[in-house]
Amino acid sequence: MATVDDFRRSELVAGIVSSINRHATREARFMEFCGGHTVAILKNGIRQLLPPTIILTSGPGCPVCVTDNADLDKAIALAKLPDLILVSFGDMLRVPGSCSSLQEVRAAGNDVRIVYSPLDALELARTNPQKSVVFLAVGFETTAPGVAASVLQAKQEGLKNYYILSLHKLCPPITKVLLDSGEINLQGLICPGHVSAIIGSEPWQFIAGDYGIPCVVSGFEPLDILQCVDMLTQQVAREEAKVEIAYKRGVTPQGNQTAIKIMEQVFQPAPANWRGVGEVADSGLALRPEFKDFDAELNFDFDPGPTKTQKGCICGDILRGVKTPQECKLFRKVCTPVSPVGPCMVSSEGSCAAYYHYGEDNER
Amino acid sequence: MPPIITTGKTMRDKVLLAHGSGGKLAHEIVRNSFVSALDNPILNPLDDSAIISAKGRLAFTTDSYVVQPIFFPGGDIGRLAICGTVNDLSMVGAKPLYLSLSFIIEEGLLIKDLERVVASIKETAEESGVKIVTGDTKVVNRGSADRLFINTAGVGIIPPKVDISGHNAQPGDAVIINGTIGDHGIAVLSQREGLGFATKLESDCSPLNGLVAEMLEASNAMRCLRDPTRGGLASTLNELAEQSRVSIRIEEDRIPVREEVAGACEMLGLDPLHVANEGKLVAVVEAKDAEAVVARMKKNKYGRDAAIIGEVREEHPGRVVMKTRLGTSRIVDMLVGEPLPRIC
Repeated sequence: MATVDDFRRSELVAGIVSSINRHATREARFMEFCGGHTVAILKNGIRQLLPPTIILTSGPGCPVCVTDNADLDKAIALAKLPDLILVSFGDMLRVPGSCSSLQEVRAAGNDVRIVYSPLDALELARTNPQKSVVFLAVGFETTAPGVAASVLQAKQEGLKNYYILSLHKLCPPITKVLLDSGEINLQGLICPGHVSAIIGSEPWQFIAGDYGIPCVVSGFEPLDILQCVDMLTQQVAREEAKVEIAYKRGVTPQGNQTAIKIMEQVFQPAPANWRGVGEVADSGLALRPEFKDFDAELNFDFDPGPTKTQKGCICGDILRGVKTPQECKLFRKVCTPVSPVGPCMVSSEGSCAAYYHYGEDNER
Repeated sequence: MPPIITTGKTMRDKVLLAHGSGGKLAHEIVRNSFVSALDNPILNPLDDSAIISAKGRLAFTTDSYVVQPIFFPGGDIGRLAICGTVNDLSMVGAKPLYLSLSFIIEEGLLIKDLERVVASIKETAEESGVKIVTGDTKVVNRGSADRLFINTAGVGIIPPKVDISGHNAQPGDAVIINGTIGDHGIAVLSQREGLGFATKLESDCSPLNGLVAEMLEASNAMRCLRDPTRGGLASTLNELAEQSRVSIRIEEDRIPVREEVAGACEMLGLDPLHVANEGKLVAVVEAKDAEAVVARMKKNKYGRDAAIIGEVREEHPGRVVMKTRLGTSRIVDMLVGEPLPRIC
């Protein structure tokens, strides 16, 4: 079996880098959609291996980061209800909402718990029948099938105290919005690996077809990313635009049909609020009517209060790929991982946190 | 493990609030579970203070242990409580001698679990050659503690001419680690509820005073020693760089990491550099002695995988930089908050 080390072998790196250098004859800007890629690029110093003609730009692919304050406020308001356990993935706890964070609400004595899987939330519902358990369902197509499975399981077991607050978001629709905005000029898209493991590479076809932008699905190891950049660079050199996969051990053109089916059985496309973008039609997932008993928004009376935004924070611009963390006046000065102003500094997949920790902005 | 309770006693199977009351039950638990196991002439009189004699420069340290779960692969809270304090003393070059031992017990803890912890304390104290000379027990209401908390304090004597401090690193010095990083953190995480991954990995929890004594024999140019516990190797290197106003450059492919740890970290979105250790030390030593020190360390069971992992530099004081396997470099930052697994 291949181990982690096999994807970091330095002798293989040299070959790919020399191919990139050979083909990178014109300037090209590639966006890595996914926050996991942003982290891997910075952590491994991948930019240092690329010729100056190849520019990598971070995209909106951090589910914690793109969660809008208005949605976060809903979760915070829910967490304050009596006899309710709000269950979340860890990163969400520290993200500041309009006035508070889940971490602060927990410190004030409300029941907020961290889990690693929606199935753990389901288990909490089983073992706390006298309480309502609300799972804060944040994530892309990667996590949605797992949440859908938990809802199906709850229905099958007849659990009456399990709910989800669906803040799921879909990757291809937001990519279309970013490209249509005219704010960014891309010559290639590094498509997200885990999302594509579920949806397949096919849903990216419209970007190559309609926009003429090369797309390559990448894994998360340094060699995966370099191979992806090499494939994109070659497409640019050949003036082609097609969808390719540099992550064949995880991704097929059709994706994971079982996961897609479960997701479609439980959810339907719905408008979603994206930080920095606003509401985008059909870019989110809502529970289908037959699962409305599990919808936290429909079953609880709560007031999230007025939405406020963090002054001076440019997370929205960063998520759209328009600005970089170094261009933010708060970066490193006011906004740090210890006292984050915006979500991109909190999340382990956030651009600001990645730039802060791995220091691409420093001289060496 | 031999039972510690002797015959003819009225022991219950669970710790009760009354065990911490200072009354009859309290005496029972102290005599039966603690003194009989940790027996030594300084502890045995059970006076209000232990009376010890010492000559030379004393090192004195304290730490509290709240690990959860209290039993984990490769160790338990008792072994941890001894190793932690023994190692803190060792990291200033002291020879650890005497430890205090305080328990804060949540009522309802099984006596057999307590005894298992005490047996482990005994074994680890013997291994590291320290004596438990004083102690205390408090029992708190259910919910006021999580099963068992332990505090240990310790004193040791620093040999003449030994001068070890986080402020002593100098440009050109070599940076050494005594083995694989992240074993403890991942072993403990693997036992936590909800993190359903199985691993044969064991905590590296071990007393390092023997190893340190040998390292000090091998070199009289030892500048800094520090155990990279919480916050991992990254935090320790940053502390040393900050305190000594130097930079440290390490090389990724020289840092020993077990495959299980690397794999689990990938899965959980953690960096092995940030994962806790309990049997590791970082040494900064004058470069000319580095090879000799590592050779000596490799002969000790707690230094078998010792390696030179980097060097101290002058430029950019306070910064830690790592040369990656790809030949690029990146900043190694301190850990912020609890490392939490990724969600996508």
